[in-house]
Amino acid sequence: MSPLLMQEVPLSWYLLLSAVLFSLGVVGFLIKRNLITVFMSIELMLNGVNLSFVTFAHQWHAVKGQIFVFFVMMVAAAEAAVGLAIIIAVFRARATLAVDRIDRMKL
Amino acid sequence: MNADLHLWLIPLLPFVGFLLNGILGRGLPKWLITTVALLAPLASFGVVLNASVLGLLPLFVDPTGIPNLPGVSLPYVETCPLPWISAGLLHIDFSFVLDQLSLVMLLVVTGVGFLIHIYSVGYMGDDEGYARYFSYLNLFLFFMTVLVLAGNALVMFIGWEGVGLASYLLIGFWFQKKSAADAGKKAFIVNRIGDFGFLIGMFLLVTNFGTLTFSEIGAKLAANPAWQGGVLTVIALCLMLGAAGKSAQLPLYVWLPDAMEGPTPVSALIHAATMVTAGVYMVARTHVLFDHSSFALSVVAIVGAATAIFAATIALVQNDIKRVLAYSTISQLGYMFLGCGVAAYSAAIFHLMTHAFFKALLFLAAGSVIHAIGGEQDLRKMGGLRKKLPVTFAVTTVGVLAIAGIFPFAGYFSKDAILYAVFLQGTNGRILWFVGLITALLTAFYMFRLWYMTFMGESRSENVHAHECPWSMRGPLVILAALSVCGGLIGGSWLGMEHFGAFLAPSVGVLPTEAGNWRLELILSVVAVTVALVGWLVADLFYRRKPERPAQYAATMPAGNRLLVNKYYVDEFYNAVIVKPLLGISKYVLEWVVDIGILGGAAWLLGGMATFAGAILQRWQSGNLRSYAAWLAAGAAAVLLFLLVPWATVLANLPAIHLGMAGH
Repeated sequence: MSPLLMQEVPLSWYLLLSAVLFSLGVVGFLIKRNLITVFMSIELMLNGVNLSFVTFAHQWHAVKGQIFVFFVMMVAAAEAAVGLAIIIAVFRARATLAVDRIDRMKL
Repeated sequence: MNADLHLWLIPLLPFVGFLLNGILGRGLPKWLITTVALLAPLASFGVVLNASVLGLLPLFVDPTGIPNLPGVSLPYVETCPLPWISAGLLHIDFSFVLDQLSLVMLLVVTGVGFLIHIYSVGYMGDDEGYARYFSYLNLFLFFMTVLVLAGNALVMFIGWEGVGLASYLLIGFWFQKKSAADAGKKAFIVNRIGDFGFLIGMFLLVTNFGTLTFSEIGAKLAANPAWQGGVLTVIALCLMLGAAGKSAQLPLYVWLPDAMEGPTPVSALIHAATMVTAGVYMVARTHVLFDHSSFALSVVAIVGAATAIFAATIALVQNDIKRVLAYSTISQLGYMFLGCGVAAYSAAIFHLMTHAFFKALLFLAAGSVIHAIGGEQDLRKMGGLRKKLPVTFAVTTVGVLAIAGIFPFAGYFSKDAILYAVFLQGTNGRILWFVGLITALLTAFYMFRLWYMTFMGESRSENVHAHECPWSMRGPLVILAALSVCGGLIGGSWLGMEHFGAFLAPSVGVLPTEAGNWRLELILSVVAVTVALVGWLVADLFYRRKPERPAQYAATMPAGNRLLVNKYYVDEFYNAVIVKPLLGISKYVLEWVVDIGILGGAAWLLGGMATFAGAILQRWQSGNLRSYAAWLAAGAAAVLLFLLVPWATVLANLPAIHLGMAGH
């Protein structure tokens, strides 16, 4: 093992990565036009949060954070199933996935 | 000794009749409606009879010899076991009281009421609203018996308002007719003024006595004989205002002539025999208050005398048979108040009773005439009905003789009792007595005028196929005629024989004057009967022998005649001084300024603000997903900013920073 790998990675690095992931998600959510990309941005935000959960769980030797991550992943999976179904339905109805053009709030 | 009288059944039975006919009446066959409508007052009358027998037995039979003599001692109180109103120190029970006064009144109300129910079966037989009519009539009996039985002012007030409601409903019974609907409203609104007085009187009773129960008020006053006038005068005058409204006295009498728009049996029952006498009954019921205020008593006497002669003069020239009787009722009620005003309550109640007999009789007979000639009420178009309507003619004759005060008919005794009591009250009493005497003259004149114009002479209209009314109408007429003949003898207040007064004494006290002598009473009654006969003779002269005379006299006094024909322009006066300004204020101030301006403006302002705010805020709800996301992000950033920045520290240092900057 190289000394670099032996060294413990500092906490702030994980959190920084988590923040970067989350911010990428937010920015993606705000600027992307394609609905599927927006959806993926949401997943990115969730994973950024998951990373910070895991980090803290490891740091404080508490299992709660990891359990939270499982919950988040489960909800995300369900959300993906429902969300993709909605996206397909929207596409069938509107023949477009550009969020700017899906603004009528009714069918 | 104390049997159970079940007084609560007396009002309840008509109420059940009201509910049955009022709710189901539309779908019931007519015979069933009639049965329900007649059984309710009959059963009620039966309970009253039972109560009166049990109540009177101990008075007339010496109980010592007879063990287990059934009977009750009056006053008999029946209180609802559930507490009714309990607020602080004030406790009011829902209680009924049977004493001599309410017993007399109950017999009149349920007895005459039952007769008029029977009469109505014939009179209203063809009307579409048959069930509605009887449900209202039963409702009236319910409230009237509550009023009469009331043991305290509040229960009385319930009945008081209720009979006003029933009166309104029945005056406006033919509500498709605008005049009838208007008359109903007029009666209701004018009565509100009186009820206002009654209410204020009750509030004053509560604040000054802490109770509304008549017996407790009487006991407190009896314990304080020195308490005279002052607030008692105010209370008595407030109650008198209520009584004047209900009993159609000056200045609130205007509703009663218009109330003749209702069916004639209603005029007989409500607007002659029972409801309008509620004011007299109330004054007699609260007589202790009046006894402690000589001023209030004088007011009652003067109002009564003034009303008596005022209404009698109007009745002289009316041509509508029912309106003549209406003004005559007002005039006779004035007599009763005159009697109350000299503390001769028993005489007033006596006159109330006999008046109920003969005035109900006269109204029902008038109804029979109207029924016979196809709804015509104008005296000028009648005449010569003597032969066509023999029964009606006979009973009307009895009624006219009774109201004119001819010996030995009922009206003679009661009017004599009142006039005699008034005469004993010193100089002022003599003046009031003279007014009463003139009124008796006028009464005899206009009643015989009515009699001549209706039955005597030749028929003044061609197309009349007059027919006598059915037995259901004739029966009550004959019974009431019999009562009008002997009702006075039952009372027996004559020439010193004060049976009726002695009977009522436990309820209303005895006249606090020195007993007059029977010679004086005989002279006075001879004078009264002579005056009545003079009235008859004048009417005979005017309307039989020289029928052109009235028109000639009217021509010599055009102004006076016009004044009487137009009823002293009181309606016009009220219209100009009260109704028009009220309507004006209602329209211009209350409707335009307050309703449309202030209230409508406020509503419009609130609604406008919400609409305006919505118009701006709706731009948020663009439907654009990214705009929502942006707001979400901004909101999350704001929350973070709020939570993470140590605001307390920042704010605490802010002045220092500011000062520090200023310092540099």
